[in-house]
Amino acid sequence: MSRRAVLGAAGVGAAVAGAAGAGVLAGRATAAAATGDLHRPVPFRGRHQAGIVTPAQDRMHFCAFDVTTDSRADLVAMLKEWTSMAERMTAGEEATPDGAVGLNPYAPPTDTGEALGLAASQLTLTVGFGPGLFVRDGRDRFGIAGRRPAPLADLPTFPNETLDPARCGGDIVVQACANDPQVAVHAVRNLARVGFGTVAVRYSQLGFGRTSSTTREQSTPRNMFGFKDGTNNLKAEDTEALIRHVWVAPGDGPDWLADGSYLVARRIRMRIEPWDRASLREQERVIGRHKGSGAPLGDRDEFAPLDFDAVAGRGEPLIDPDAHVRLASKEHLGGIEILRRGYNFTDGSDGFGHLDAGLFFIAFVRNPVTQFIPMQAQLAKSDLLNEYILHTGSAVFACPPGVGDDGYWGSTLFE
Amino acid sequence: MNRHYTRNRSAAAVLAALALAGCTAKEPTSADGPREPITVEASDTACALSVTEAATGPTTFLVTNNGTKATEFYVYGTGDRVLGEVENVSPGLQRKLIVNITEPGTYRTACKPGMIGDGIRGDFVVTGAAVNVDADGKFAQAAADYKRYVTSQTEALIPATEAFAAAIKAGDVPRAKALYPTTRTYFERIEPVAESFPNDLDPRVDLREADLEAGATWTGFHRLEKDLWVSGIQPDTAAIADQLVADVKELDAGVRAPEWTIDPTQIAGGAQGLLDEVAATKITGEEDIFSHTDLWDFNANVEGSQTAVASVRPILDERDPELGKRVDQRFAAVEALLAAYRDGDGFVLYTTVTEPQRQELSRAIDALSKEVSQVQGVIAPQ
Repeated sequence: MSRRAVLGAAGVGAAVAGAAGAGVLAGRATAAAATGDLHRPVPFRGRHQAGIVTPAQDRMHFCAFDVTTDSRADLVAMLKEWTSMAERMTAGEEATPDGAVGLNPYAPPTDTGEALGLAASQLTLTVGFGPGLFVRDGRDRFGIAGRRPAPLADLPTFPNETLDPARCGGDIVVQACANDPQVAVHAVRNLARVGFGTVAVRYSQLGFGRTSSTTREQSTPRNMFGFKDGTNNLKAEDTEALIRHVWVAPGDGPDWLADGSYLVARRIRMRIEPWDRASLREQERVIGRHKGSGAPLGDRDEFAPLDFDAVAGRGEPLIDPDAHVRLASKEHLGGIEILRRGYNFTDGSDGFGHLDAGLFFIAFVRNPVTQFIPMQAQLAKSDLLNEYILHTGSAVFACPPGVGDDGYWGSTLFE
Repeated sequence: MNRHYTRNRSAAAVLAALALAGCTAKEPTSADGPREPITVEASDTACALSVTEAATGPTTFLVTNNGTKATEFYVYGTGDRVLGEVENVSPGLQRKLIVNITEPGTYRTACKPGMIGDGIRGDFVVTGAAVNVDADGKFAQAAADYKRYVTSQTEALIPATEAFAAAIKAGDVPRAKALYPTTRTYFERIEPVAESFPNDLDPRVDLREADLEAGATWTGFHRLEKDLWVSGIQPDTAAIADQLVADVKELDAGVRAPEWTIDPTQIAGGAQGLLDEVAATKITGEEDIFSHTDLWDFNANVEGSQTAVASVRPILDERDPELGKRVDQRFAAVEALLAAYRDGDGFVLYTTVTEPQRQELSRAIDALSKEVSQVQGVIAPQ
């Protein structure tokens, strides 16, 4: 059975309506819906991996794996199997042909079935490799220690973080993004299912609302603080900037990573209840933008340039010296820019009855050492937001280039 | 017991009319007349066979326990497939085992003083022409092998349970506590079989308090576990102990009945069911929540699963030899992990196993289950 076949003639309309009915999608998806792309497949093969500058989908299942085998052959065999399944699933097909109900009834199905009848939903599956894949406890398990790019290392300790080791690191990451959460979860679940014995899930995170727009067509979404997030993000259309800030260039390091990128993930817990008790004025001072329009303080247009020299009546700066937008700006950071692609999350509530919610921050950068680390060092030092956030998870991965016509995930690294 | 114990009933359901050729081995004879039995002198530290080779066909072993601990004797093929075994041979006793080995090759014998671990092993070489077995014969042999394994476990379960009950009725709580985990071992190795019997036999024997319906009477191992470790001996504890003995006898009679048979597809399903039991209640420490002897049950489930897979191994090797090798590797990995928790003849209490260690065990069971779950599809009639 083909998932797409189930859609039938009314597929397009039904898929869009179905996705909108699933929740928050309707309001925020105007731009994408206008192009009719919400349900469609995103091409799997290409120069770069999908899921980086692809228009940010609304749902995410991010999954970090530990590699539990010492066998390079087993690892490569799994990556090949994953690639084949990923290509099928991103096309809206079952993980294997007829895998859900069409094969041996005495064997476990080779597709778990919950995505039958669902559209491709712009599913992208993006793979990355963590430092532990190259060297773990001083051991070069797979003969690739010499191919580790220098910037691929655990991030340094920053102030204002209480990292949970169970939410940090990972040897391999799969970032699944889609406009239907069930499609994203289905993809990760099936990859994990065939991975047992070779990899084990270290942690996974569901995200339910994109917090960045990555194309100019998309409207700017809001994060859990209620503010528009990603107004000044790098966009897919900024080709020159992407080359400068996102894509690893030949000569940057090992050739296998050229046209790839680094993924930095930070699970940022928001102190929701204190934030909700802060005045609107305080909230806007902390961020440096108006909550309603997203415009810089003192302005009305969301996309107006940030004027960090503007002063109010008595000479005090309109945008606080420690406001989030100021410290995170390229002007303040000597030209540093990153491509943000994070998601809101809510993992229920904690034992105190407080929402365990926040931002699962994801950034793609050409070099974490010269981009993310100095940025985060600045923010961790004096960002007014620090009173309301706590970093609880951290990871960095090197995402290889896109698979060519006959490549597989990691083929440039292992061949 | 699995809280979803009803699920496995169909998998281990009673199937009639399977030809059980070879179920009962005849007294060995050859053209020259009866073959000499091979004696096995078992002690706490040795396992001495009078001869370590034989011709294909039936071979008799006479096992004498000269040690101070109860012992077991096994003959293993590839993948620790049990070709024959005697369980629970008390010190001073002698037992007879007849094993029909149809293929020449190198096999392994093992005595298991204390009835735990890999035992004291030795090679056993079989020569001569293969005794031809066709596909139907392999299915029948697998069914017969596994039925024989099941009855060997229920046979050993009865005296073990009687001794456990006797200690309880004598008020000897320390002895009863010591016997609790080893007695359960025989049951835990074959639990999916118990689930196939009517009138809630499995819950009567093995229901956990967490699964007890309001107002229902709680019987079986876990009720006695709570009395021994938490509540103390109650007015009806002796009656519960007697009931347990009666229930395991009912199980033994059930599996011995000629009409109780199990086919290889169901055996493979049971192998997976046992690993599901480990994942569901042993990894979490919920199974033996009062005694914390979960690792005994964990080990027994894994042993039972391995034996179930091994009994269908000739069919598996014919159809997918690579799968059998992967299964072997995964069982070996789990055994190696479990070995780290051995303490004397038993295991450490599960309360001493840390969260990272439990995660490591869970990952090994996941990896094993992924392979074992494929066996049924290969074995099923095609």
